[in-house]
Amino acid sequence: MPAIIQINKLSKIYAGGFQALDTINLSIDKAEIIALLGPNGAGKTTLISTICGIINPSSGSVTVDGHDIIDGYRHTRKVIGLVPQELTTDSFETVWDTVSFSRGLFGKKPNPQFIEQTLKDLSLWDKKDNKIMELSGGMKRRVMIAKALSHEPTVLFLDEPTAGVDVELRKDMWNLVRKLRSNGVTIILTTHYIEEAEEIADRIGVIKNGQLILIEDKVSLMKKLGKKQLILDLKENLTDLPSELENFDIQLKSQGMRLIYTYDTTEEHSGIAALLQQLSKLGIQFNDLKTDQSSLEDIFVSLVRDAV
Amino acid sequence: MNRYAISAIYKFEMARTKRTIFQSIISPVISTSLYFVVFGSAIGSRITEIGGVSYGAFIVPGLIMLSLLTQSISNASFGIYFPKFTGTIYELLSAPISYYEVLIGYVGAAATKSILLSLIILATAGLFVPLEIAHPFWMLFFMVMTAITFSLFGFIIGIWADNFEKLQIIPMLVVTPLVFLGGTFYSVNMLPAFWQSVTLFNPVLYLISGFRWSFYEISDVSLTTSVTVILGFLALCMLTIWWIFKSGYQIKK
Ligand SMILES: Nc1ncnc2c1ncn2[C@@H]1O[C@H](COP(=O)(O)OP(=O)(O)O)[C@@H](O)[C@H]1O
Ligand SMILES: [Mg+2]
Repeated sequence: MPAIIQINKLSKIYAGGFQALDTINLSIDKAEIIALLGPNGAGKTTLISTICGIINPSSGSVTVDGHDIIDGYRHTRKVIGLVPQELTTDSFETVWDTVSFSRGLFGKKPNPQFIEQTLKDLSLWDKKDNKIMELSGGMKRRVMIAKALSHEPTVLFLDEPTAGVDVELRKDMWNLVRKLRSNGVTIILTTHYIEEAEEIADRIGVIKNGQLILIEDKVSLMKKLGKKQLILDLKENLTDLPSELENFDIQLKSQGMRLIYTYDTTEEHSGIAALLQQLSKLGIQFNDLKTDQSSLEDIFVSLVRDAV
Repeated sequence: MNRYAISAIYKFEMARTKRTIFQSIISPVISTSLYFVVFGSAIGSRITEIGGVSYGAFIVPGLIMLSLLTQSISNASFGIYFPKFTGTIYELLSAPISYYEVLIGYVGAAATKSILLSLIILATAGLFVPLEIAHPFWMLFFMVMTAITFSLFGFIIGIWADNFEKLQIIPMLVVTPLVFLGGTFYSVNMLPAFWQSVTLFNPVLYLISGFRWSFYEISDVSLTTSVTVILGFLALCMLTIWWIFKSGYQIKK
């Protein structure tokens, strides 16, 4: 199956000479959910804006649904929906009018039933005749999502959709994303929140200094980069770590009641067998044993640190 | 061609007028009426007629031109400047529309509004002075061409402006003086020879002259000259817009 989005050697140098995107290559499949992580100023918004046609690329190319974003912009922009990072809305228009306007702008015949359903899905139906300026920030964000969905896009960009929104909206958003994906919509979102990527993404990309420094399936990423910890709750406390254990990456915690052994899941031998053997040799007994896996957050922090 | 998009932009802009009905329609009508009272009555009592036309009736075409020019420019420039100012331009830029379709939507709406307004002012004028329109076709021709041309000009200003000051400076410092000095309130023949020659460099003179001719068959310059000037203006604006779109000037980063 050909990719729905194909990014080839895409670079962007702003007028002032600043390079915001550096030779990005990325291929995205239909109905995938991709989360782009990266610190502020990494180039996430620049990447999205370029694909959507808001910014001109400096070099490289992008195809969406088989069409070039420049030569075939009428097709690519028709299939793309965008919820930008900033809350930019009209003020005096009503919710209904602004969402209907968006549908027309994207070349779709009026369809009041569809707009109605979209507003209902986003809990905006009872606000349909309100002026946008009368709405709260969270409601405005919903309006922007409704505008982006008004023309039934098959590719949806969400640029930091949950930055500064309340828990309820974030949950709604996640549900919406899952529902859209099950209808075949491809979703690319940027986020600061690692839990968000962990929660909904299939693949995770990390952007730093305009470079895509990593793109990887979420599960295998966590497996590959994840450190696991073996936690042993001891029967009797130890005052010092025995010298026989110094070869292991091990720490003594909880007033000597707990041993924490950190190992790398990518290594052939975890070293657990050797550790347990050594412990029984030393006569150290334990009540309980469990393992813990590092979160994406830990992975992300270590990645961004290492990539400096 | 994305006709749904053009109609969406057009309707959006027309809806803006409806919301701001006072600013858009009523206030120009009031100010035009004031011109009639002040100029028509005060000056009209001294200058009874020009070229066989009563002074009150003589100033009607010029007053309509004044509204046409200023309203076309302000409607179109504000229409395209506002999304840039609020940031909602992102939607126009990411939509499957060409720049020319955006142009048709904004300029079409701006021109429609100023034409409607001109007709309202014309009707208002009819309450104060007896009107006759000798050449209705030419009257409409000048009205429509002026509305389109100066809406295009306003669109250019709206693209160029990056703050509210720039948005207002050209209409205020250039257009209004040109209209006042272009023979709205007098015939060029009434000026001393030197000022007559200077006035000939004022493009608005040709518009007012042609427009007035379509009412009363009196003019400062020939009809052909007037038509040539308005078409030349139109071509100049279109050329500028073609260049703006081609170069992406002030539109995309
Ligand atoms: N219009 C612009 N002109 C010059 N530099 C810009 C412009 N927009 C963004 N940048 C710079 O490009 C970099 C990437 O910005 P952005 O794509 O917004 O990052 P992110 O969305 O990852 O936070 C930043 O350093 C930013 O300052
Ligand atoms: Mg950003």
